[in-house]
Amino acid sequence: MWKWLHPYANPEVSYHFTNKLLPWLSVLSAIFLSIGLVWALLFAPADYQQGHSFRIFYIHVPAASLSMGIYFAMAVAAFSSLVWQLKLADASAAAMAPVGASFTAIALITGAAWGKPMWGTWWIWDARLTSELILLFLYLGVIALHNAFEDKNLAGKAAGILTLVGVINIPIIKYSVDWWNTLHQGSTVSKLGKPSMSLDMLWPFIFCFIGFSLLVGVIICLRFRNEILARNSIRPWVRELVKNNSSQ
Amino acid sequence: MTLKAQSTHETENIVGKIDKILIDEALIESTANDSSPLISSAQPLQPLSYRHAFMLVLKRDLTIAMRHKDDMINPLLFFVIVVTLFPLGIGPEAQTLSRIAPGIIWVAALLATLLSLDRLFKSDHHDGSLEQMLLSPHPIFILVLAKIFAHWLITGLPLILIAPLLAVLLHLDENSYTALLLTLLLGTPVLSLLGAVGVALTVGIKKGGVLLSLLVLPLYIPVLIFATSAIDTAALGLPYSGQLAIIAALFFGSLTLAPFAVGAALKVSTN
Repeated sequence: MWKWLHPYANPEVSYHFTNKLLPWLSVLSAIFLSIGLVWALLFAPADYQQGHSFRIFYIHVPAASLSMGIYFAMAVAAFSSLVWQLKLADASAAAMAPVGASFTAIALITGAAWGKPMWGTWWIWDARLTSELILLFLYLGVIALHNAFEDKNLAGKAAGILTLVGVINIPIIKYSVDWWNTLHQGSTVSKLGKPSMSLDMLWPFIFCFIGFSLLVGVIICLRFRNEILARNSIRPWVRELVKNNSSQ
Repeated sequence: MTLKAQSTHETENIVGKIDKILIDEALIESTANDSSPLISSAQPLQPLSYRHAFMLVLKRDLTIAMRHKDDMINPLLFFVIVVTLFPLGIGPEAQTLSRIAPGIIWVAALLATLLSLDRLFKSDHHDGSLEQMLLSPHPIFILVLAKIFAHWLITGLPLILIAPLLAVLLHLDENSYTALLLTLLLGTPVLSLLGAVGVALTVGIKKGGVLLSLLVLPLYIPVLIFATSAIDTAALGLPYSGQLAIIAALFFGSLTLAPFAVGAALKVSTN
């Protein structure tokens, strides 16, 4: 059943597949993002309560959900690398970690920028904000562990174990932070919540979300390609590739 | 005078090392003995040998710790000093202090545990006994569990014993002494277990200390939250069994899962 997947364990096949995938993803993400962002930032109706400042929502929410999605993808990659000893899965996890960290940072920064006009402060110790911050720490830990090892294969395995430990802990941390917040202060923030959106607002959001997801795909593909090349730099096919590229 | 003291210290060190080697040999011998009767006769020795291996590693680690008492005392001193710094920084008002006492004690306990984690695998990694352990036929789970238990006995238990004294210094509410002790009793093993994963990942790295804190501290957050909230709740005179139950759940969860992660991480680190 999974036989079609087997050839992709070969770095060369994977590299060429990523090469083929890349233009499609880039074009699609450019189309979706340009439509979505222009629609969202210029034409979508302003929120009746929050005015125009709610438009940052179209960047903030995709970034926040992608930051968690990328961690999950990383955990899946780490799991398959530990169980089936796929070296490329390590490479893909290594490619994903900085992207996830950046999106977590984007979510935090846009959240702060949104919070200033809405709540009158850049930061509050709200449960969601806090767990997002801790997610950023987890990402930074994984990246730091990756950088600490000189041997990339070892680094991948170690970071994989840490990712899996983290993925077990994320629900616990999330739950405990929720608990902590409700104990320490009333739910002033969650009252804002998500307004049930009208369709005029929802459609641009869907476009933005798909666009950002495709953008993540593009960046991960680019980084994944580089990881493959860096890890296989001794192989003949990489040398061929470099020769062909330089002769063109 | 100082020279003499140094030399005696060194001989002590050497004696300690010889002792360690002897115990290591005993460990290897015992494993050799275990495997032979298994082949010759069908006598099921397996459960006994698990306990035997556990006790051997535990005894060995405790012996080493007894020979290097400063490893045991320094984290404790650090704990006391950190707690002392807070009243100096915040001010001596009893009300403020008793309000933040649970947080201070627990944060200091986290940091002290973090400081002491380094010695869990490092010296064994340096002298090669860690690799011998990984090569032994016993499951790593048992050996790792024994090492973590020894670590907790050496660093966690003294912390718990000295905590009431610090609570007095910080004017902790009288109702919450039991809560403090119970949360420390259930929580510090979790710290040792989760920390062991981080140490196992960083033991092969030269400058692993700072990295270790980056890896481990986010994982400590749930323990911190539930422990301090239990103590706060106890100060109000309300039942805090819910928080305790959750810390106990964290304890049993990490007790069953962490040694696997530690074993896998040690295999990566020792390569």
